[in-house]
This record gives sequence, C-alpha cells and structure tokens, in this order.
Amino acid sequence: MKNKIGVYVCHCGGNISDVVDVNKVREEAEKIGGVAIAKHTIFACADSSQKEIAEDIKNLGLDGIVVASCSPKLHLFTFRAVAERAGLNPYNYVHANIREQSSWAHSDDKKGATEKAIALVRSAVERVSHSVAMEPVSISAKNITTVVGAGVAGMKAAIELADMGSQVYLIEKAHYVGGRTSQWGELFMPGETGKSVVSYLYQEVNKRQNINLFTGAELVSKKGSVGNFEIEVKITPRGIKKDADTSGLEKAIQVCPVEVSDGFNFGITKRKALMNYHPGQFPEIASIDAATCTQCGKCAEVSEAVDLNLEEERITLQTGSLMITTGFDPYEPEKSEFGYGDYDNVITLPQLERYLELNGQDLVVNGKKIRSMAYIYCVGSRQPEGENKYCSRYCCTSAVHSAIKVREKVPEMTVYHINRGIRTYGKQEVLYEKSSKNGDIYIQFNEDTFPEVSRNGKHTVVKVNDILTAGKELEIEPDLVVLVTGMIPRKDNAIGESLKIPRGRDKFYNEIHPKLRPVETTIDGVLIAGVCQGPKNITESVKSSLAAAAKTYSLLKREEITLEPIMATVDSEKCEACDKCTTACPFGAFEFIEENGKKVARVIESNCKGCGMCLPVCPTDAIELSGYTNTEIEGMIDALTESDY
Amino acid sequence: MANKAPKILVFSTEKISDPAIDLAGLLKMHYPPTVYSIPLRCSSSVKSRWIMHAFEQGFDGVFIAADGTDCSYGESCVDKTAAIIAQTHEMMKAKGIEPARLKMAALCSVCAEPFVKHMKSFYEALSKTPA
Repeated sequence: MKNKIGVYVCHCGGNISDVVDVNKVREEAEKIGGVAIAKHTIFACADSSQKEIAEDIKNLGLDGIVVASCSPKLHLFTFRAVAERAGLNPYNYVHANIREQSSWAHSDDKKGATEKAIALVRSAVERVSHSVAMEPVSISAKNITTVVGAGVAGMKAAIELADMGSQVYLIEKAHYVGGRTSQWGELFMPGETGKSVVSYLYQEVNKRQNINLFTGAELVSKKGSVGNFEIEVKITPRGIKKDADTSGLEKAIQVCPVEVSDGFNFGITKRKALMNYHPGQFPEIASIDAATCTQCGKCAEVSEAVDLNLEEERITLQTGSLMITTGFDPYEPEKSEFGYGDYDNVITLPQLERYLELNGQDLVVNGKKIRSMAYIYCVGSRQPEGENKYCSRYCCTSAVHSAIKVREKVPEMTVYHINRGIRTYGKQEVLYEKSSKNGDIYIQFNEDTFPEVSRNGKHTVVKVNDILTAGKELEIEPDLVVLVTGMIPRKDNAIGESLKIPRGRDKFYNEIHPKLRPVETTIDGVLIAGVCQGPKNITESVKSSLAAAAKTYSLLKREEITLEPIMATVDSEKCEACDKCTTACPFGAFEFIEENGKKVARVIESNCKGCGMCLPVCPTDAIELSGYTNTEIEGMIDALTESDY
Repeated sequence: MANKAPKILVFSTEKISDPAIDLAGLLKMHYPPTVYSIPLRCSSSVKSRWIMHAFEQGFDGVFIAADGTDCSYGESCVDKTAAIIAQTHEMMKAKGIEPARLKMAALCSVCAEPFVKHMKSFYEALSKTPA
C-alpha cells in the first residue's frame, strides 16, 4: 500500500472549475488515508504545474500520484513522463477523468458533478495505492502506412512517408487522384492551378517505388491493432484494358447511351457512363462508372480498349497505420434556398469555378453573358439554426479570388459581395484589398436579416438590409447570383463507420486534441489529416497531412512499438490446469509447465496482449491482470460507493 | 435506497466504449451523475465477482459497455461477454438480486448518444425497481 500519495486537481481553465468545486474535491482528497498532499491547479498540464508535481515527488518522496483532470486519452503520457522525470515509476500514477466524465457531462448539475468528481478521485487514490511498478514491453510493427484518399493531402503525405523510408499504400476510391483540387482552376497564391498541383504530386507519387497507388479502391474492413493492422480493400475495375489501342475510345464515349449529371462540373454539364478524364484528373485514362453503366456493350463494339468485365476484386494488405485524408463535400443548397433550383441564374461558388474553367474569355451562364453578379456569403456555413454552425474558412477567400478572376475576363463586370463579415485571413487579405480597389461593392448583413432572392418578371432580385449603411434596404438585380457555399463532411461515411473514427459536433472526424494531438484519433494507429477533420484551405490541408506523416513515421520507424506492460499472471498455487484459459486466449499465450511436481498454466509474455479474456473463465480465480487486479478493481468499487450521495 | 438516486457502475473499455463516454461529455450530453465508469481492457475481461462486489457494496445497477464486434482483441469477445453476463445472472438470482439490474449493450467508440440513452433508461428503470 502506498502511503505518500500526491493528488492534483485541475481547473482546466474553467472547463472543470466552472462546474466542479475543485477546492472541495481537493479538501476531500486530503482526508483520504495515504494522501500526503492534495493541490489544485489552473492547468495541470502546464509546464509550471508539471515541474511542481515533479518537485513534490522528489521533495516529499511521493510513492504515487493522482491527477484529476481531462480524459486520460489526452494527458496520460504527459503525467507518466512527469513521474518518470521525477524518478517515480510511471505506473504509480493514476488518472481521474473529471472533465469529460464529470464537469462536461454534468454541467447541468454542479453538486452532482462535484460529488462524482470526489468519488472518482477517491477511486483513483485507491487504485494508485495498490499500484505496482512496471516496465513497458515492445512488439514488432510494420513500417507501412495506408493512406486513404489521394487528394493533395493524401498524395503529399504518401510522398513524404515514402521519402522517409516507409512503404505506402495509397488508396483512392475514385478512378482518378487529385480530389477536389483537380476541380479548381487558378489558385491563390497566383501562378498555379489545381491541375498543375495535382499533376506535380501525381508524377512524384509515380516516381517512388515504395508507393503503391490503388485507384477505384475502397477500404472495407480492418482487423488487428496499431503496428499490425490487416485491411481488406475492394477494387472496382476501370473498365479499360492496359496497353490496348485507345484510338477508338472517343467514339466509344460518343455511342454510350447513358448520360448523367457530371459531378466533376457540379452538375452544370452531363457525362457518359464511359467517361473521359477531365483536365486535372490523373491518370489520364478513360474509365467506366460501374454504378451507372448498363453493360449494353455498344462501347465495346467500337473500341477494343473497353473491358466490360467490371467484377470487383478484393485484396488483403498488412499495414502498421492508417491515415485518413478523405476530404469533404461542398454544401449543396436546399431547393429554393436563396432561389437555388428555382432560378437558372442562381448557382454555387464551385459551379462558378467550373464555369470560369469552361468559359474561355467570357462568363456565360446558361447562354447568357454575365455583366453583373452578386455573391451571397455563408450559405451552408455559420448557420444560426440546425447543422453547419461552423465557418468553412476557405469560402470568403475563394469567392473574393473568383471575383478578381471574373474581372480579368470581363473588366466591366459589376460585382456585389453580400457578406456577413469578410474572413480573408492572413496573406489572403491582399485579395480583399485588390477586389476593393477593383471597385467591388461590399454589403453586409447579419444573422437576423438574411438576404431574400425573388423574381420580378425576367429579373432576379436580391433584397438585403445593409448594416454598413444603418440597415438600409437595398435591391439589386444581378445577372447572376452566386451562393458562396461552405464545406460539409463527406456524405459517404463508410470509411468512418468501418474504422469507428469519432466525429465531433460538426460531424467532421475528431482529433484527440486540437492543439496537443491534432492528427491522432482515439484509435491507436489511425490518423486524420486534411479537410476530413474540418474545413481547411489547400495549404492548411497539406500542412496537416505533413504533421500526420511525421506522426505516423515516428510511430513506426523503429518497426517496434512500445506497449503497456499489462499482462496476465497465474497464481500457481490456485491453478488446477483445467485448460480453460488456453481455450479463452485468442493469442496462444498460455502453456503448461511442471512446477513443484504440479502441472500449472504459465503465461507466454511475448504472446500476451493483456486483453484479460482469460480472467473470468478461470474457475479458481488464479489469473490476474497487472493494473486490473481484484484488489485494484474492488478497491475502486468500494471507493465509488463510499459517499451517500 | 428508496429515496436515493440509483447508482450505476459502468464497466467500459479503454479503446472502444470509454471514448464514447468521453464523447458524450465533449458533446455536453447529460446523464445522471451517479453513473460511474471503470474502464477495462476488454469487456470479456470483467469478472463476475467484480459485478457481485458492486452490488454488495451498494450499486443499484451494473452496465457492461461491451466492445461488441469492434473488439480489437477478436470477434470472440461478443460471445465471451455474453457468457459472463449469463453466468452472473445466475449468481444474482442465487443471491436474490433481480437480474435486470445487470445490463449489457455493445457501444462503439462514437456511440455517445446510445450510451446516454442507455444510462437514462437504466436509471429510470432502477428508480422504479424496489430494492
């Protein structure tokens, strides 16, 4: 039993102390037998607090510590390191989660949250008082990363990982790499286009022998754990034979009778089921959309390159980690939202980008030359009600940038920006300045007075109260209304469901901690980067993918992962060699030996994963799991029931 | 116990269901504060004696937030956890404890909403169950 335990209760700024009476928790902790010191601290994770804890361990000779703060998923390793630095075995530290499981969960009941926090601290003290010193164990790991999603974030991460020496599987669901960036024309900073960026990355991917790119490929299941995952990948054939004569493909596309809306152009054009690549899509090879192809065979009659055997293939890959870079969907306005779907001159910003790419030196929408246009900002973002309360970050800059590009094509264009405050942050501010100098007109509304779009004869009318001119009501009759739509999480969340990646309130994938562990998830070995974790521009996406690449490489580079030294142990005196433990263990971690003339079970440490499946099956209760012994668990239960609350 | 709020002990798992309980907190989804969790490595590692000990010490209900088919230690977790529950139910009957006081449900790592629903309904059921 430990008898010099230190307890540290964190305010977490006000995240805990706004609800939980942390001083009361500290006072109660001080009364627990074996507790030598109990303190509260504004941020237990701050450098100064860590130093204070380490000094207490050394100066007071503490033999165990309890930190009551946020989830151990955030700071377990922080405080283990503090213990280690001060000479205390890291497993003589126990964490009490009084934020996620108390102050946040019970912010509606301050008294209840405080009583629960006290009980959780008592329970943690009880556990640490029985804790034993342990040393970590190592397992072999594969230095292989599977990157899911070959947009700019995924390709950049794959290249960096390959250059550091990892094997990379790059899996892309579509038949083309590049993701959303392929769809954009000129980008900010100037001089680059979506096509040039994607083309460069695709060539770099192809140069590296340790990157295996799979297109038309989808991860469907995962087994195993960090360092040693086994994944199943479904591959849908492209429908074009390799090394075949492709001269007849143009004709084959023409004769294809299936015509559907072209998602690449956000529905402003049609495409066939047998489709050619768009500029910016790589590889530059046609493909068949298996979802819409009727297999009528007309294309195969005119082109020997077509292969109508679209039978999907399944392959199994071994990988040490998974990095998810699956991007986003653009917000699609509801029917009649600001006239969308009602009037053919109301389009979205992504559609405008495609019109700019397809139009040449003018801007023509649905056959009409555009000479005045009004952007309406924050459509599907910063919504006061319902979903999408977040700012999508990229859209103000993208809209202002597009307005500059429009004026380069049509200098006489009249441009209105009907906005809720322009957020062209950082270097992007120069675009706002340029647009203003160009003569663009900025009109601002707030969430109480959304603009209204209606029809007056042949004219589309935008009515808005401009808060920059004391709420004066303005009526504009633009040739074109552009809805500046934001980013939303991918509607297809199959990968998230398959891997069980947590999602936040905004429904994007959730990292463990936005500042301290920004690309890790609660699933060890599964990382997230790019827009799948929240709105970002291309630069920010690539930065996060590089962070994830560095993180996964640091995890796998030694091809050895340090694991918790949680292991089963057998009490030979109690063991009756009944064999139930060997049946229960999925890892073959038990063998039988002779000990003092008696046959008993013994744990093979290299095989034991510390799952504990053997514990309940032992009829004589001879098996215990380090860190989860009867004494520890039942002691925690006793501590939780100590209060009458 | 008649006038007191029921106390529920949740045996969660570090990798799967405890993150869901954390997520419920992150999303400020409320449930009764007399719900306490002890995270284990895997739901099929819970011993019947721990569950019985919880009842003996005054917990009104025990909930196993099981890994289900998501268990990283293997699919056998589902059947093994179910076997533990069945065995413990027999032990509870022998001690005169209503088996309904021990519940199990599979909770994935993002199942914050199902967790809160389970807790509210279990709490409500225990409130109506005589001691």
